[in-house]
Amino acid sequence: MIPLKWSRRREEYLREREAWFDQLLAAGKSWQGRRRFLKMAAMAAGAATARSFTPQSFQLVEVASAAERPFSFAYISDSHLYEKTLNERFVRQLERAVADVNALDPQPDFILYGGDLAQLGQPGELKLGAEILKQLKAPVKYMVGEHDWFLDMGDLWKEMFGKPYYSFDHQGIHFITLMSVNEKDFWTAKGLTPMQRMQIVAGLDDGRQSAFEVGEEERDWLKNDLAKVPKTTPVIVFSHSPLYKLYRQWNFWTDDAEQVQALLRPFNKVTVIHGHTHQVLTNRLGNIHFHGMLSTAWPWPYAPQGLPKLTMQMNRPDPFNQVEGMGNGTIKVNQTGYVDHEYNMWNRNPLRVTEKYLSSNGTLDLPAKTTLSTY
Amino acid sequence: MSKGQWLKFCVLIVLLTGAIAIYQRVQAQQQSEKPPVSDTQVKQVELPQHQAAPEDGENMVVQLCDGETNMTVKGARPGERLSPKRAQVVSDQLMNMWFAKRDPAVVKAWQQEAATAGKKPSGQESKKGSPTRSRGVKQEEQINDFTARDYSVWKRELEREVKYGDQVFHDDKLIGSTNGVSCAMCHPHAANTHPETYPKFQIQLRRVALLRDMINWCIENPSRGKKLNADDPKMRALEAYIMAQRKGVPMEYGKH
Repeated sequence: MIPLKWSRRREEYLREREAWFDQLLAAGKSWQGRRRFLKMAAMAAGAATARSFTPQSFQLVEVASAAERPFSFAYISDSHLYEKTLNERFVRQLERAVADVNALDPQPDFILYGGDLAQLGQPGELKLGAEILKQLKAPVKYMVGEHDWFLDMGDLWKEMFGKPYYSFDHQGIHFITLMSVNEKDFWTAKGLTPMQRMQIVAGLDDGRQSAFEVGEEERDWLKNDLAKVPKTTPVIVFSHSPLYKLYRQWNFWTDDAEQVQALLRPFNKVTVIHGHTHQVLTNRLGNIHFHGMLSTAWPWPYAPQGLPKLTMQMNRPDPFNQVEGMGNGTIKVNQTGYVDHEYNMWNRNPLRVTEKYLSSNGTLDLPAKTTLSTY
Repeated sequence: MSKGQWLKFCVLIVLLTGAIAIYQRVQAQQQSEKPPVSDTQVKQVELPQHQAAPEDGENMVVQLCDGETNMTVKGARPGERLSPKRAQVVSDQLMNMWFAKRDPAVVKAWQQEAATAGKKPSGQESKKGSPTRSRGVKQEEQINDFTARDYSVWKRELEREVKYGDQVFHDDKLIGSTNGVSCAMCHPHAANTHPETYPKFQIQLRRVALLRDMINWCIENPSRGKKLNADDPKMRALEAYIMAQRKGVPMEYGKH
């Protein structure tokens, strides 16, 4: 039912564009290129029809393995809410994601909220977010992001949503939610106010902040937690920042990633689902598969260097289209214990990054190819 | 004073006080409606202009681009259009007047360079890779009026412009956003702004777009602000900052 929305919007856009071309031609402003223009318009329309439309269903695929049964969970992430009076668009977009997830049939076992619910950690922002997320039908697992944390160092978030890191078991899988966006103190020495600290951290390219890290205390907790889990049990980790080192300047980065990876290495199958990067992002380091989540607020450009080889870039978002490059997604946990990630991209075809693609190191089951890559 | 006169006087006083009160209120309102004083970090500069050549009203006077060398064209009226041939003669004469004020050796080098401009350098020269463009004049005699001070001033001024652009790019209030969305929220370090691809035809704008058109698109739409004039100090600073992030990237105008 979701695909209908984007296909309708896309058809609408193509019709509009054709009308614009016609308008230009009729105005006689175009050159000898009239024929070429018409051909272009026809080609564009043709390509759009040809490329479409194998609506991806959200039906579960039945396969047999280490998970007790295949199941799915959905995610919504990085909504960056301001107060509704200041920015209604971000609110509408989170509501759209909630509607998408509520429309899934069958419903996912649970929903992960991937962090950065608020933009500047304000009580009004967090409460507004919680209010909207309450409408979700399935239970929600909350993760914290740096935008939720650095105003009061997580006080209100913890009061509202509980522990920032925890683990749970579901259908034979061991799940861990981490708080991976701790930063070394850069504010005390400079005498910054909580709001100044928040604003620096909120600036992705603000070099005055420190690197994200899980930190020693939490790594100890993780070590103890994993000590009880058999190595054959599939593990799925949620972290806000990617648990590897991609691009330090934007904190697409976790400073103690190697130490955390070392704790996860002894397990047969590990998947990390992370937020923060607002884009289709795929990586694999040995036994660990990494998937980035989409944002509901805005897409980030790809980092100028360090992009993992397995990442099939999502097409460059169109600035004339309000929700391009945004969306939510569904993670199907196969019985092997690894996952297929279905990106529900608004106004576009859904994009699937499967276990098979990652396990074959990018040789099988390739996601739809990028046609407009980053500059 | 009769009773009637007294009454008229009173009414007049009341009316006057009322008028003054209304006038004051309107004044105050006008003042509060005035836009806040814009930040003056990068001021809009009046461009300097050459002093116009003195005219005698009878003959045309033509000025060279140095702003100093003037020549009266006998027989041509002010504002008249010269034939291309005559215009060429005039401009050659003006150039000669300019050369006459300069060192002959330098002029010779200059003329030689002008004569070979646009021609391919001979194979020998390019192989050696030595910039001996002007035979007969030693290297150190080539014209370069720029001093270390010039370079440092350029650098400082440019960096100031870029720095202001950096500030505007990262501050939703400075671009007049009404919804808290700044440029950097979608374009960290101006990523994916690709200034090197403009101008290009943008169907959504129904015309060939320049970088500033796209900047204004973003200000008006995602950021819900009011668009900037092309010469607005903030627009100029934004362009400077965006370009500065793409130093060394080849120009690819028209790329989609």
